[in-house]
This record gives sequence, C-alpha cells and structure tokens, in this order.
Amino acid sequence: QKTRRTLNTDIRDLFKSEGRLVDDTLLNELFAKLIRTDMGIGPAETIRDDVATRLRGRVVHFEEVVQTITEQTRTMLQQESTELRLADTGPTVILVVGVNGSGKTTSIGKLANHLHQAGHKVVLGAGDTFRAAAVEQLTVWAGRIGCDIVTGKPEADPASVAFQCVEQAIATGADIAIIDTAGRLQTQTNLMQQLEKIRRVVEKKIEGAPHEVLLVLDATAGQNAISQARGFSEAAGCTGIVLAKLDGSAKGGVVLPIREQFQLPVKFVGLGEGVEDIAPFDPASFANALFSE
Amino acid sequence: MFESLSDGLQSAFKSLAGKGKLTESNMRDGLEIVQKSMLEADVSYSVVQDFMGQVSEKALGKRVLLSLRPNEELVRIVHDELISILGPVDSSLHLKSEGPTIIMLCGLQGSGKTTTCGKLSQLLKEQDIKPMLVAADLQRPAAIEQLHVIGRQLDIPVYSEADNKDPVKVCQNGVAKAKAEGARVVILDTAGRLAIDDELMAELAKIDKKVGPDQVYLVVDGMTGQDAVNSAGAFNDALELDGVIMTKLDGDARGGALLSVKHVTGVPIKFIGTGEHFDALEPFRPEGMASRILQMGDIVAAAREA
Ligand SMILES: Nc1nc2c(ncn2[C@@H]2O[C@H](COP(=O)(O)OP(=O)(O)OP(=O)(O)O)[C@@H](O)[C@H]2O)c(=O)[nH]1
Ligand SMILES: Nc1nc2c(ncn2[C@@H]2O[C@H](COP(=O)(O)OP(=O)(O)OP(=O)(O)O)[C@@H](O)[C@H]2O)c(=O)[nH]1
Ligand SMILES: [Mg+2]
Ligand SMILES: [Mg+2]
Repeated sequence: QKTRRTLNTDIRDLFKSEGRLVDDTLLNELFAKLIRTDMGIGPAETIRDDVATRLRGRVVHFEEVVQTITEQTRTMLQQESTELRLADTGPTVILVVGVNGSGKTTSIGKLANHLHQAGHKVVLGAGDTFRAAAVEQLTVWAGRIGCDIVTGKPEADPASVAFQCVEQAIATGADIAIIDTAGRLQTQTNLMQQLEKIRRVVEKKIEGAPHEVLLVLDATAGQNAISQARGFSEAAGCTGIVLAKLDGSAKGGVVLPIREQFQLPVKFVGLGEGVEDIAPFDPASFANALFSE
Repeated sequence: MFESLSDGLQSAFKSLAGKGKLTESNMRDGLEIVQKSMLEADVSYSVVQDFMGQVSEKALGKRVLLSLRPNEELVRIVHDELISILGPVDSSLHLKSEGPTIIMLCGLQGSGKTTTCGKLSQLLKEQDIKPMLVAADLQRPAAIEQLHVIGRQLDIPVYSEADNKDPVKVCQNGVAKAKAEGARVVILDTAGRLAIDDELMAELAKIDKKVGPDQVYLVVDGMTGQDAVNSAGAFNDALELDGVIMTKLDGDARGGALLSVKHVTGVPIKFIGTGEHFDALEPFRPEGMASRILQMGDIVAAAREA
C-alpha cells in the first residue's frame, strides 16, 4: 500500500498575493519550513521569534518575510573567508575526514582538480586502506586530473601512507598534499584516535601541518551532523567543512547550528559527481537556496 | 539540549501527575516535548504532525480508563503508537522455491548499498545459499572493483561487464547467467542516485520493469534528516518497493528518518546496518527503534520521577 508522496511546498504558498496577517498560524507554518531545511529546533525558533518580534500583527508580503529570514541566516553564516589556508613555504597538507559515505573521496577528487586548474601541483594520499576498493577509487580520480597519488598496501597503517604522501610532496616539490581517510563514525573511539595519530605523523614532517582539516558532511544529514562536527573537531581539529551532495533536494541547513556552536566555516559545497562539481561556499546564495522551493 | 529536554519533560509530567485523566489541555506540554524530541531525532515535520494528531486522539479516546498515572499512560500511548507504525516485523527475503530470487538494492549515493549486498550475501551463506552479485553501478569510480573485492572476501561469484554502459543489459545478462548456473539468489547492486535526478530514476524504473526483481529494497542512511520524505517518496514513486534497510545505526544517530520513510513508503523495514563488517546486519525490531527515536529511556524515567 503506497502512501501519497509528501510534497515540498514553497514558502511562497503561505502568502496570498494581497499579503497575510502574521499570527500564530502563519508562524507555525513558517517554523515547519525552517525545520525542513534541517537547521534544527534552536535556529528555527530563533528565526521564527525574530519574525514575530518584527512583524507580528502586520499584514506582510512574501518578499518581506523572506528577506528577514535570509538576512538572519546570512548573518548566522557570516565568515571571514572560504579560502584554504596555504603554507607560506613548502607543501600545504590537507587532511579530509568524515563519516562513512559522506563524500570524502569524491570531494578530494574535485578539490584536487580545482587546485590543479588553479596551477597548483597536487599529490593525493590514499589513506583509506580499509574500505573495499577505496584506493582504486581515488586512483581513478588521480587519473582524471592527472596528478600524483601515493598508495599503501590494503590494511596498511593509514598514518604511514599519510607520512609517505607528505614525504613525496616534499621530494617532488608539490604545492598541496590531500590525504583521504576511511569513513568512521564519531562514536568509534579507536578510529578517532587514529586520526590524531595521522595528525601527529604529518606534523612531525612539516611544522604547522595539517594546514587544513576538512570535515565532509553529507547535505542530506540531519541533526547527527552536529555530533559529527563535535566528534571530528575534538579528535582531528577540523578547520572547515565541505558540504557534499548539495545538488539534491536536501538543504544542508544543519551547518547553521554547527557554525554557531563550533565556529566551523563551510569552505566548499559539492554539487555533483563530476570533476567540476565543486564550488567555494557562498553564504548569500546558500541562504537564498535554503528557502527556495 | 538533552538535559533541557529531560528537565522539560519532568516538569511537563509533574503538571500531569494526579490529574486522573488526560485532557487536551493537560496533555499539551507533554505532547509538545514529545514533538520536539521527534524533530531532534530527524523525523520529518509533516510526519511528526500526523503522529501527534494520532497520539492525542488515542489518548483522549482512552481517558475514561485512566485513573492514577496519566503521565505514564501518555508515554505508553506514544511508545505503543510508534511501535505499531514501525511494524509489522518481516525480515524474510521471501526466497522463491524455484528459479533465482532477484533482490535489487537502491538508494541515494553513499547510503550503504554495496556494503549491504555483502551483508545480505553473508546472511544467505549462513543458510547455505550461495548468491550471485551483479555489478550494476556503472557510475561510481571503482564501484565494480569494490563489489569484486566483497565477492572475494565472501567467496561468492560477482557478475560484471567491463565495457557495457547500460545497467539494464548488465542486470539482464547477470540474471541469465545466474539462471544458467542455478544460483538461488541474485543481488543487484545499483548506482547511488538523487531523487531529483530524473534520468537516473528513469533508468532504475527501467531495470525494475525489464529485469523484474522479486524484492526491491531501499537502503537509507541512518543519519538522514528532513529530506527523507522527499527521497523515499521519489524511490517509492519510481519503483515497487518491498522493504527498507537502514544503515549506519552503530553510531549515535537517532534514526528518526526511518519513521518518515515508513510513513511515505508503507513497506516493511527489513534490517538495520550496525557496522561496516558483513555480520553487522540485524533484523529490524520496532521496540528498540521506538526507544531510540524518542530517547524513550529518558522519557520514561522522567515520567516515573515526576
Ligand atoms: N550527487 C552527488 N553525489 C556525490 C557528491 N559527493 C559525493 N557523491 C557520491 O556519494 C557517494 C559516496 O562518495 P565517496 O566520495 O565515496 O564518499 P566517502 O566519504 O569517501 O565514503 P567512504 O570512504 O566509504 O566513507 C559516491 O557515489 C559519490 O559519487 C555530490 O556532491 N553530489
Ligand atoms: N558504520 C557503518 N558504516 C556503514 C554501514 N553500512 C555501510 N557503511 C559504510 O558506508 C560507506 C558507504 O557504503 P557503500 O556500501 O559504498 O555505499 P553505496 O550506497 O554503495 O554508495 P554508492 O554506490 O557510492 O552510492 C562505506 O564506508 C561503508 O563501509 C553501517 O551499517 N555502519
Ligand atoms: Mg572514501
Ligand atoms: Mg555502491
């Protein structure tokens, strides 16, 4: 027995053309739309209450409310720069972490291409020695881009692969080394400690490395992404987020509370499975997309 | 968040204590907290609304029977309702007595389809059934190789074609080979796809139509948020689903999306994935999931203490 598919309605539907009174009913409907972005109860209440304070009792038009909300979220997401922090001299090391299947390996491929196109010499480190064919997957990406890759044997110590990757970057005069890691859940203490070890090993080779630790979040993830941001930040010292799979119907609104609680900036968004499908994060267009259809 | 939720619950239940019966007004606070808890667990908003409506109706209908502890009664009603919605239990793969049973796994990118192919194979092997895997993901880099590694690890055959660009043909050829070799079960590993990707959804519908799998399972990531109603809805529209498997429940995700998926598809939840290894697959149990989604332990404790 199939139940009818729940359809996403646009915020626009809430407002008749002649405008609507901002009352409890309307505020509840607005709250529902906010929740559907995955921003969570806290931010949704903040935004709803802000609209109530400003507009309750008034008859408003769609543009007015959307503008209010968009401004609010844009402020919440304000960040200094999405630029990657590059080393002053010697190779920059970027470590990529996240839960299983979030989009790490694919994001590395796309990011490497982005940097390669910008004229950097990139080397990839296949630090996922656990998942079936993870090394082959990253090797395909290296081939697409035409960059070097360092691989270890299956079941090899990921920290040793990371070490070799950094060594090769230094030896070949590469600008950027990007290290892939196996997916893991933030609750798996042993595996989280392994990330700390990778950090230490890399730092031993280059002072100040890793320069970036990017947490790849799946845009379809809900409130658990907050726990992911906490766990991975504690273990691996994340410096930024890549929000993958934003090309689907999910909004990725959970980056709002993450930004609020951990000050983690979103640096890139993933927009597909192709080599070009990555873009620097833009708070304004993200905020606009949150509340569009 | 959590503490404030428990605190809020306790005071909500305190205000219910000794009231003797549940009324719309004295249930309001308790229900609101249940609602918040479900949203925090990633149950989709519309599904939560429906659920709350059902629960308050049930609670009001039963009020004459209640006497001493309306708060515990409310919790019991919520819990029972969740269990009944998540059920019934059916973790059978419905294997046919003759010819190969074809199982197809589908879902969003990275949800755990390929790994689950391995897990189902392991389950079958334990029943002395040797399945054949078919590599129908022609999209993801090294997806075919991934399935072959799994096949080697489990010592089961994997059918793949290096140069074929048409997953429908690959599935047809794979099934034909399985028939010829007398395999009892064939498992099709399809490429991950987005619900809004019309082309890939149409391709999946074509496999469904031309290959005619006996069991089609939607594989859903346990960490999924509000979008679950949309994505599950799209798969449900494109295919005749027979079951749902939710993965990655070995972490601290509450898995509320399962309620959304169940609401939209209406098909049984078959298994949950609790790890990356092949034995990390468990038959679905509604009780455990209901408690997990609602953090029922906390709520029951709060009701008792109030
Ligand atoms: N549509 C879409 N798919 C994506 C995007 N990023 C990754 N994917 C897909 O998501 C799936 C998982 O991506 P991976 O890069 O393998 O994820 P991972 O985090 O490396 O996975 P593990 O190593 O197994 O933990 C693949 O099918 C990718 O093609 C994106 O931005 N958009
Ligand atoms: N912790 C945990 N990880 C899982 C579970 N099931 C799958 N995974 C992991 O999730 C990641 C993605 O799994 P895959 O089986 O490659 O997912 P998929 O749906 O086939 O991905 P695509 O083919 O790219 O769409 C891998 O790292 C798996 O090991 C689970 O139940 N728990
Ligand atoms: Mg990977
Ligand atoms: Mg797969």
